[in-house]
Amino acid sequence: MKQAPPDVDRVFAALADHTRRDIVRRAIRGEEGILDLAGHYSMSFAAVQKHVAVLERAGLITKQRIGRRKIVRTNLEALLVVRRLLDQFEEQWRGRIDRMDKLVAETAARVVETKGRKR
Amino acid sequence: MSVIAVRKDPEKLTLTIEAEFDAPIESIWQLWADPRKLERWWGPPTYPATVTKHDLTPGGRVEYHMTGPEGDQPGGYWDIVEVEPPRRILLRDSACAADGTPNMDLPTNTIRVGIEEITPGRTRMLIEIEFPSIEAMEKTIAMGTDEGLRQAVGQVDAILAQETVQR
Repeated sequence: MKQAPPDVDRVFAALADHTRRDIVRRAIRGEEGILDLAGHYSMSFAAVQKHVAVLERAGLITKQRIGRRKIVRTNLEALLVVRRLLDQFEEQWRGRIDRMDKLVAETAARVVETKGRKR
Repeated sequence: MSVIAVRKDPEKLTLTIEAEFDAPIESIWQLWADPRKLERWWGPPTYPATVTKHDLTPGGRVEYHMTGPEGDQPGGYWDIVEVEPPRRILLRDSACAADGTPNMDLPTNTIRVGIEEITPGRTRMLIEIEFPSIEAMEKTIAMGTDEGLRQAVGQVDAILAQETVQR
């Protein structure tokens, strides 16, 4: 089965919408067709179909035929690209928090020293 | 170990970091409220930060630049949206040129800071960073913040390689 490659710009645009993010979450299980998915939302079938099309173009989901049914499945690869980017930010903030920790320890040490001197 | 939990939500494009410090809440607040302290943790050792303006009030601005090993000075500023000392800040972090001209090519990320006392002398800090887009995440990484930069380059290569293979 061929999967569309994740297109970063399209992935970003596709994930900017709440309903589409919800579809991506539901489609991780890969059990529902568009009709089933549409049942979860108050919008029209056509509107859900449009959202699915946007996600499909972004490479975030694929449609698979299973017997007579066509199910919608999340392309985990595309989500992993985002996850790896988040990993980079985790590293950056871990560095910042380490520096905060050192700074706080240093400040505490200086307070103790100053107090000691006053005595 | 002061980082106690990290949550990454690829669908909402948010990163949440929870850290605990053996320090009173006021000390942790000062990490943000005192510009001299802020500049000691914001930039990595290879890109130390200089805070040139620090108005931590709603509608106020905090301006900074970092200085790289080659003398390059990527800058940035925070637009302060909400402040509630000593426990909460909501800010939008944007990039600008060294002279302060906003850099519209780079994204604005939303940062929420929550600070709370666990017991006297022990403080929890929660930082949530929300990215407007995946593109924003990539650009922020590439913006001269040494940590992750090298990895980010490899990352982009990996993504491109992956796309090529799949096509």
